[in-house]
Amino acid sequence: MSQAKVTVSVRKPNPQAGIIDIQGEVTATAETALMEAYAQASNGNTRAIVLNFSGLEYMNSSGIGLVVTLLIRVNRQKQRLLACGLSDHYKQIFELTRLNEAIGIYNTEAEALAAVGG
Amino acid sequence: MTTPPTPPPEPEEEPHFASWALPVSKLKTEDISSDAINLNVNGRRLTGPIQGFGQMWQKTYKVRLPGVSLTPHEIVDVWKKNFGSFWPKGNRFYGSVIGIAPGEVAVLNLAGPGGVPLVSTGVLVIYADDISFSFMTPEGHTFAGMITFGVAEEEGAPIAQVQLLVRAMDPIYELGCRVGVVHKMEDVHWHATLTNLAAHFGVRDAKVEQKNTLVDPRVQWGEAKNVWHNAAIRTGLYMPVTLMKKVFKRG
Repeated sequence: MSQAKVTVSVRKPNPQAGIIDIQGEVTATAETALMEAYAQASNGNTRAIVLNFSGLEYMNSSGIGLVVTLLIRVNRQKQRLLACGLSDHYKQIFELTRLNEAIGIYNTEAEALAAVGG
Repeated sequence: MTTPPTPPPEPEEEPHFASWALPVSKLKTEDISSDAINLNVNGRRLTGPIQGFGQMWQKTYKVRLPGVSLTPHEIVDVWKKNFGSFWPKGNRFYGSVIGIAPGEVAVLNLAGPGGVPLVSTGVLVIYADDISFSFMTPEGHTFAGMITFGVAEEEGAPIAQVQLLVRAMDPIYELGCRVGVVHKMEDVHWHATLTNLAAHFGVRDAKVEQKNTLVDPRVQWGEAKNVWHNAAIRTGLYMPVTLMKKVFKRG
């Protein structure tokens, strides 16, 4: 199996929000890293998870599938999933796949956190 | 005489950007064979796993290709060029003249038991690179979601894979899933496809492995309205008209 070419890290800017910083490539190989990051970012008080894509280098269709799977997990915990730092190209891909109808897309992390109310 | 200023160089497009289709509001078929029953595609919106009604499933079908010395790139190239020929008998894939490339729309004529044409629907190629490609389905299709095809090297042999991330599009299809009919038809289709693909590369009696994961057990009642576009019902209603048109055209 191919090695994951992604690095993810988690920040908690406030008790209501968890930010997952994504650096590198989001493909099927990123599944473990992304789901572990979500587990770390989420606790009883977390109302929203923000995926920070400003370090994203590449995402294929399996990567989009991974984001869909994460969205379902987040929604089942009654949390919201937001995204920030997407390039225009990847904003188009979220539009193509209609993920933008379920995930709040913001230009900056500050805007995403403001939408959470944090 | 002054030299006109040199325009700044155009920013180079990232090579992988070309792997993705551009957003489309509604699908439109072009250059599709006149043999196709082309219903339920033109004017339809794309639907992802988020827009479907039923439970969300991830279904993965894999076949190992031992002894095949081609690279994943070479195998995917053959797969793309002969995509429909690997489908089980009675099912037809009508691609555009360009073939499987980002942004291309294909018409599918899917067969029911006995090879009777059952559903006319389609797909949009949303992604294609050297080792994988993905489709998304339009309104009315059996499933809302994405289907990804790919080949990778694992333990010294190529593995061909089909992965669906889907929800049944509407309550009728979901009922078909719950009683097992729709899932069984889907499983039979992809098992046969991968077996035929393996046979094409000289692998006889290939064993297809299947893994099903229930990603979301809930149904989305807000999407029950999708039944309006149900391609099986609409194909059934329009089929007599379509067949008569074909007969008169021949005459």
